[in-house]
Amino acid sequence: MNPDNASGPAADIASEAQTLSERLSDLAAQAAQLAESGGHAGGGSDFMFLLTVFVLSCFIGYYVVWSVTPALHSPLMAVTNAISSVIVVGALIASGPADFSQSAVFGFFAVVLASINIFGGFIVTQRMLGMFKKKS
Amino acid sequence: MSGGFSAFAYLVASVCFIMALRGLSSPTTARRGNLFGIAAMTIAVFTTLTLPAITGLSLLWIIIAVGIGGTIGTLVALRIVMTALPQLIAAFHSLVGLAAVLVAAAAFYAPEAFGIGTVGHIHAGSVIEMSLGVAIGAITFTGSIIAFAKLQGLVSGKPLIFSGQHMLNLALGILLLVLIIVLMVAQSPVIFWAIIVLSLALGFLIILPIGGADMPVVVSMLNSYSGWAAAGIGFTLANPVLIVVGALVGSSGAILSYIMCKAMNRSFFSVILGGFGGEVAGPAGGADMGDKTIKQGAAADAAFIMDQASSVIIVPGYGMAVAQAQHVLREMVDLLKEKGVEVRYAIHPVAGRMPGHMNVLLAEAAVPYDEVLELDEINRDFSATDVAFVIGANDITNPAAKTDKSSPIYGMPILNVEDAGTVLFIKRSLASGYAGVDNELFYRDNTMMLLDDAKKMCENIVKALEQS
Repeated sequence: MNPDNASGPAADIASEAQTLSERLSDLAAQAAQLAESGGHAGGGSDFMFLLTVFVLSCFIGYYVVWSVTPALHSPLMAVTNAISSVIVVGALIASGPADFSQSAVFGFFAVVLASINIFGGFIVTQRMLGMFKKKS
Repeated sequence: MSGGFSAFAYLVASVCFIMALRGLSSPTTARRGNLFGIAAMTIAVFTTLTLPAITGLSLLWIIIAVGIGGTIGTLVALRIVMTALPQLIAAFHSLVGLAAVLVAAAAFYAPEAFGIGTVGHIHAGSVIEMSLGVAIGAITFTGSIIAFAKLQGLVSGKPLIFSGQHMLNLALGILLLVLIIVLMVAQSPVIFWAIIVLSLALGFLIILPIGGADMPVVVSMLNSYSGWAAAGIGFTLANPVLIVVGALVGSSGAILSYIMCKAMNRSFFSVILGGFGGEVAGPAGGADMGDKTIKQGAAADAAFIMDQASSVIIVPGYGMAVAQAQHVLREMVDLLKEKGVEVRYAIHPVAGRMPGHMNVLLAEAAVPYDEVLELDEINRDFSATDVAFVIGANDITNPAAKTDKSSPIYGMPILNVEDAGTVLFIKRSLASGYAGVDNELFYRDNTMMLLDDAKKMCENIVKALEQS
């Protein structure tokens, strides 16, 4: 193919591509705006959803914990301590971005601390529970 | 947090977390419950790792972080002696608190990663949730450190009180709320850090005035706080599993605090306001102590009395933990059982320094859990029992709680050891208990005081029993 002949259509295509990309970025901006406002509008109901989960979980916690035998209150504290380290989920997301940032550093240390708790908490609970034996 | 898969996996994790607590309703199902907890945590972590926010390079850092934390946690948990359990739990709580602060800080500096807005333009709701998470986390952190120091004996267990303390705390609390509102409007890092510093100071000041024997309440309360902190962060991240667990842990700690307060007949607020015990309390007794006499016995006397008895109830307290006397106590009980004596244990809810402390120590000494009974289960049986053997406990047996309205422990449910035929009291000295109240039981005719270290006394009783 002759490069001279091709340069004309190529320029056409390029300019067309440019207008297309401009329109696309416009659309993208609009979509982002929509998503933003949608997110805001949905923000209320999202919060209500989370609040529902929270309140119902408090009730579950109430009934489940009252059924725990007093003899096992120490293991209960140890295991609740271990599971409250599920906060590691937030820490993992914080250390998610590959590039170095303040956020990632905070995340890194949060993962270390939460891991101490997870391993330590579950192991010490298992040790305690292992000692509880019935009359042989 | 979109995606049907991760949402479903988080749901499974939440259910498993609930099952973990449910298992603790009986010692036979408890270990399976703990495995549910481990499974739930594994699911939650791996599900999070599959989220698009986690990339290859950061995965390496995460593995390093988990490796470091996991190693430390494992070593500590395997090496800790059971008597040091309360301070270990307090130390663990402080870590959850600090982790919550760090996560909130991460979210504040990189809100995009968490989908809560952009730097300086975080949604107002998220700011509130985040501030609450960070404030509770920071209070938990310093509060737990003080609790740890008190339990470990690094700081005096006596309540530290200064005038204007409550006003100062109140003022700091109000200032904290104001700062949170300011942060919503002006999202500057200075205010964010001011909230953290203020909360750290508050945690320190709240726990400092609370005395050593109120530690069961404090440890439960901090347990509760660590849960609420996790829930706060869960709202920020719109993550249901964090909210579920936070609510479970929060209500668990709150219920334990309630049980402990009730077992001391004190309101939650009076515990939190602190200052109980030490020098301030103790209007009863004291003055008329001089003209009362005690009957002091030796190990051989105690051995003889129990040898002749047909039933013995053992009442352990914090003194047993301090002296590490649980193993030799079990030896003593084994000898008594060989001689045909029926032996059981009675546990007061606030015996020791954390809920269930005595049960764990006795379990460690291989005492079968069906011989260990709670206050309600056994209190009626004291009147039909020959010997009550009180080892390292005091206030929880003091009849003044039932009779003396002026006593600071009035109304507290006690173990009715005075109904038993003979009461044997192992104590290091005749000093009053934590509440600063003299125990009239010491001067009764059917009481014999065994003044020595709990472990030494038990060892001597064992020797005497072996010889008889």
